Amino acid sequence: MVPPRSTSGASPPGGRHQRTGEAGSAVSAWLVWAALMPSAYADGGRTPLPVIEPATAGTQCVEPAEVMRRSHMRFLEHQRDDTVRGGVRGAKYSLKACIDCHASAKNASVARAETNFCVSCHSYAAVRIDCFECHTSKSPKLAQGATR
Amino acid sequence: MSRRGFLGVAAAGLAGAVLAPGIQLIEIAQAAPAAGPAAAGASAKVRWGMLIDTTKCAEGCTDCVTACNTENGLAPATRSTDPQWIRKIEIKEIKTGRTASLPVMCQHCADPPCVDVCPTGASFKRADGIVLVDRHSCIGCRYCMMACPYKARSFVHEPLTEQKRDVPRGKGCVESCTLCVHRLDQGDKTTACAEACSQAGHGAIVFGDLNDPASEISLRLRAATSTQLRADLRLDPGVRYQGL
Repeated sequence: MVPPRSTSGASPPGGRHQRTGEAGSAVSAWLVWAALMPSAYADGGRTPLPVIEPATAGTQCVEPAEVMRRSHMRFLEHQRDDTVRGGVRGAKYSLKACIDCHASAKNASVARAETNFCVSCHSYAAVRIDCFECHTSKSPKLAQGATR
Repeated sequence: MSRRGFLGVAAAGLAGAVLAPGIQLIEIAQAAPAAGPAAAGASAKVRWGMLIDTTKCAEGCTDCVTACNTENGLAPATRSTDPQWIRKIEIKEIKTGRTASLPVMCQHCADPPCVDVCPTGASFKRADGIVLVDRHSCIGCRYCMMACPYKARSFVHEPLTEQKRDVPRGKGCVESCTLCVHRLDQGDKTTACAEACSQAGHGAIVFGDLNDPASEISLRLRAATSTQLRADLRLDPGVRYQGL
């Protein structure tokens, strides 16, 4: 998995040939710009924020949302080895359980459409996941009545 | 404050510190042992195996192959490169003209050559003797396919959709018979092929625990002569054949 590339490390405009005073003003201008821009992005500016589909009503996630957002990949990666190699099934962090709650009511999937739960965030963060090249992204419970 | 005392206080402060929003060191430490009411998993006391009675295996019958495809979500093989986990073969002794029909699949060797050659450790043997491919680390080099004397493994060449929920599989990985490991882990005591064979009335496939002296497979193996395919290689396969 490729981590999202950070944009915060971009260098301010201004080359080596500039004199110190010019470079200094360029840096301060950039700092003001950098301080102002995030608020503009956050309230629906040039970069649209991901629209996350809500989980199935009446379900409770195994961890608080902020923990899951940051660490879901570690939970899944750790447990998959126990499952595949050790034959331990039905432990706490199960991809199946994720899909059961987070599959879209429209297409019963977490990864088929751009708006689906996994894809909406991962396309925003520019992280390509290949989980669903092998694992099915569909919930069998929802797949009965859902339209493709 | 002494140097040692300072370090102790600093370490204690760090342990409770927030590493990042939502993550604390103490939480990571607590999360380390696998949480939840996890099942015991594969046990080394068990060795799953199969006995195939070729005298009962009907010529032309492919019920085991069909059942395997249905259970694991494989499309019926139409080309020689299509994945196939179990296949039926017909053999004939040329001098006498005696024929036999039998299914061949991964023999789940005790000393599997596919595991020996795998460069990434993706090919492995579980504690209960089932030889599997961990697709998370398989790079699709197909060395194991060349190493296997039974031609049991297949490579997935095409992108797949509509996989079974319990059987994830995809393009770029090698795969083979799993002895229906997803069923065994859920407490089932048989495989799709053995079930289909007995349902069809042949009863040519007996599945069970080779380590349990009271299991049907152990009793049958004790009572009658059985053969290992390519016994000369001394791989100690978990699949045995009768009447060859």
